[in-house]
Amino acid sequence: MTKTVNNKAWFLVLPVFLIVAFSAVLPLMTVVNYSVQDTFGNNQFFWNGVGWFQELLDPTTDLGGRFFDSLWRTLLFSAIILMIEVPLGILVALSMPREGWTVALSLVLMALPLLIPWNVVGTIWQVFARGDIGLLGWVVNHLGIDYNYTGDPLDAWITIVVMDVWHWTSLVALLCYAGLKSIPDAYYQAARIDGASRWAVFRTIQLPKMRRVLLIAVLLRFMDSFMIYTEPFVLTGGGPGNATTFLSIDLVKLALGQFDLGKAAAMSLVYNLIILAICWVFYTIMTNVDAQKERVEA
Amino acid sequence: MARITLDHLAHAYRPDPQGPQDYALKEINHVWSQGGAYALLGPSGCGKTTLLNIISGLVRPTRGRILFDDRDVTDLPTEARNIAQVFQFPVVYDTMTVRENLAFPLKNRHVPRDKTAQRVEEIARLLDLTSVLGRKASNLTADMKQKISLGRGLVRSDVAAILFDEPLTVIDPHLKWQLRSTLKEIHRALDITMIYVTHDQTEALTFADKVVVMHDGAVVQTGTPDELFERPAHTFVGHFIGSPGMNILPCQVEGATAFLGGEAVSLQRHYRTLNHSERLELGIRPEFVQLQPKGSGLPVRVRRIDDIGRARIARVEMNGRMMAASVPENLSVSGDEASLHLDARHIHIYADGHLVSGEPMGGQTA
Repeated sequence: MTKTVNNKAWFLVLPVFLIVAFSAVLPLMTVVNYSVQDTFGNNQFFWNGVGWFQELLDPTTDLGGRFFDSLWRTLLFSAIILMIEVPLGILVALSMPREGWTVALSLVLMALPLLIPWNVVGTIWQVFARGDIGLLGWVVNHLGIDYNYTGDPLDAWITIVVMDVWHWTSLVALLCYAGLKSIPDAYYQAARIDGASRWAVFRTIQLPKMRRVLLIAVLLRFMDSFMIYTEPFVLTGGGPGNATTFLSIDLVKLALGQFDLGKAAAMSLVYNLIILAICWVFYTIMTNVDAQKERVEA
Repeated sequence: MARITLDHLAHAYRPDPQGPQDYALKEINHVWSQGGAYALLGPSGCGKTTLLNIISGLVRPTRGRILFDDRDVTDLPTEARNIAQVFQFPVVYDTMTVRENLAFPLKNRHVPRDKTAQRVEEIARLLDLTSVLGRKASNLTADMKQKISLGRGLVRSDVAAILFDEPLTVIDPHLKWQLRSTLKEIHRALDITMIYVTHDQTEALTFADKVVVMHDGAVVQTGTPDELFERPAHTFVGHFIGSPGMNILPCQVEGATAFLGGEAVSLQRHYRTLNHSERLELGIRPEFVQLQPKGSGLPVRVRRIDDIGRARIARVEMNGRMMAASVPENLSVSGDEASLHLDARHIHIYADGHLVSGEPMGGQTA
C-alpha cells in the first residue's frame, strides 16, 4: 500500500495536541519550574538550580532521608501485595466455576469490591478494624490478640495490606479467569489422556496461557499500589508516626502541608521518573512476549 | 492391543432423556476389531464426536457398556484406558520442546528415563520429527503440531487404539495428503486400531478399510468403501457418499417393474413383499445413469452440464425432479431434450429410506 503525503493532516491531530498540552505538558512544566526554585511566600521565587534534587537524592539530608524512607515503604508495600494478590488471584480464578449460573454470580461478587470508591473502601476498613465498634477489631481483640491499627505500626501495615488484598485481588482473579476461559477444552482432554496430574496441567497448560494476562495484572497492581494514596490516607493518615506514609502521602504532606513547593516539585519529578522507568521495563517485557507469540503464529 | 466392543451403547446429554429425540447417540452395537482402520463418517452434529469421546472416556455413556477385549472399561477414567486421541485443533504444550512433548505421557506414567528417551527417538523417526526434536513446540506449523499430538499417543507402548477427531481440519490442503499417508504408514507399521472421525467422504474412503456412516445419532451402515458405493443400505448413505450423490426418486414398484411417474423401469429383482403404506424410492448413482439423445429411454430436460474433471455430469429434470446423469464422452447434446438409460444392475429400491433386497430372478443376483 502506498501512502499519500498531505501535511494538512497535521491539523487533524491538533486538538489532541492542545488537550495534552493543557492537561499534561503545561502543568508538568510548572512543576519543573518549581523544582529549580525556592520561595518564601509572597509569590517571590529564587533560583535554586539542582539544589533540591541534590538534597532529595542524598539520604543523609532531611529531605533525602524522608524521601528514601517513603520510597522503601512504598516498594515494600507493592512487593507484599503482589506476593499475596497474584498467587491468591490465580487460586481464586482456578476455583471459579467454568459454566452454569454460578459463573454470573461469582463474577458479580468478584466485581463488587472493584466498584466501591476508594475513599469508601478506606472508610469501611477504618470502621471495620476499630477495636471498640468494628466487627474485625472487636473480634480479634476478644480472641485475646492485642490489635490496634492506630497505635501499632505492624497492625497498621497488616490492616492496609489486608484491605488492599480485599479490594484488588478480584482484579487479578478476573484477569486470570479470562485467560483460563480462553483455553480450549481439547487441551484439558489431551492432558487427561496423557495422564497429566493436576499440578502438571497447571504448569504446562494453564500457567503458560495465563502468562500475558498475568503480566498485565502485575503491571496494573504494581502501578496502583506504587501510587496508592486514598485508602491509607483515610485509614491511617500515614500513621502511626510515619509508619504508613507512602510516597504519595509524603508528597502531599510536603506540598500542601508544609507548602514546600520546590522540594515537593523535585520529589514528584523523581517519583514520576521512577514510574516511567518501571513502565518502560514492563513495556519491553510485554512487547517481547508479543514478539514471541507472533513468531509462534507465523 | 484390543478389540473394542460397544454393547447397547447410548448417550443423552440431558440428565433425563424421555424419548429417542433426546439421545445424541442412539443405541449402537458395534465391534472394532484389533488393528483395523476405521472411519466414522457423518455430517456435523450426527453424534460421531460423542461416540469418540465415549470410547476415550471423556464422556460417560447414559446406557450400555464398552469392552476392551473382555474387560469392561465403561467406568474407567480416560487415563486408565489404553487410548490416545488426536483432536481437531493440534494440542501441544507450548512451553516444552518437541522432545519434552513426546516424553510427557511417559513422564506422567513414571517410565524410566532411558526407556523414555529411546521410545521418543523411535517415534520421532517414524513421524519424521527427528530434526525438530530440540525445538520449542509452539513455533511449529499446524501439521507438525498435529504430528506431535499423534506422537504423544504413539509413544505409549500400551496404546490399543488411536482416535482421530477430524485431525486434518486446520491443515493446509497440500499437506493433508501427506499427513494422511503418514497415518496409513503408521497404521501398517504398528498394528494399532485407528478410528478416524470426519465429515469428509474423501478422507474417510481413502483412509479406512471400513467406514461407519452415522446419521442423526445412529449408525446407518458399516462397510468397505466399495460396499458403501455399490449397495448403500440407506438413502442417506447413497446421498452422502459419492459426488454427486445418488439419485433418489419416489416410485411405485410392482413385481420387477418400477414406475417413475408414468414411465416404467424394469428391474433385475422381484419385490413381492413390499408394504404399500411405506414410502418407496428408487436409488441409482449418477455413474450408472447415462444421458442419451432424445428417443430411447426416459425423457428428460437437460438443465446444465458440469465438467467435474474426470467426467461430465448432466443436471436433468424429469417430471419436475432434478437428477444427475453421466454424459458419455462422445455425446454432444443439442437442445434441452434428451433421454436417460438406467443400468438395471445398479438400481436399488428403498422403503422408508432403508434398502429392500428383493428376490433374484432366474438365479441371477444383482
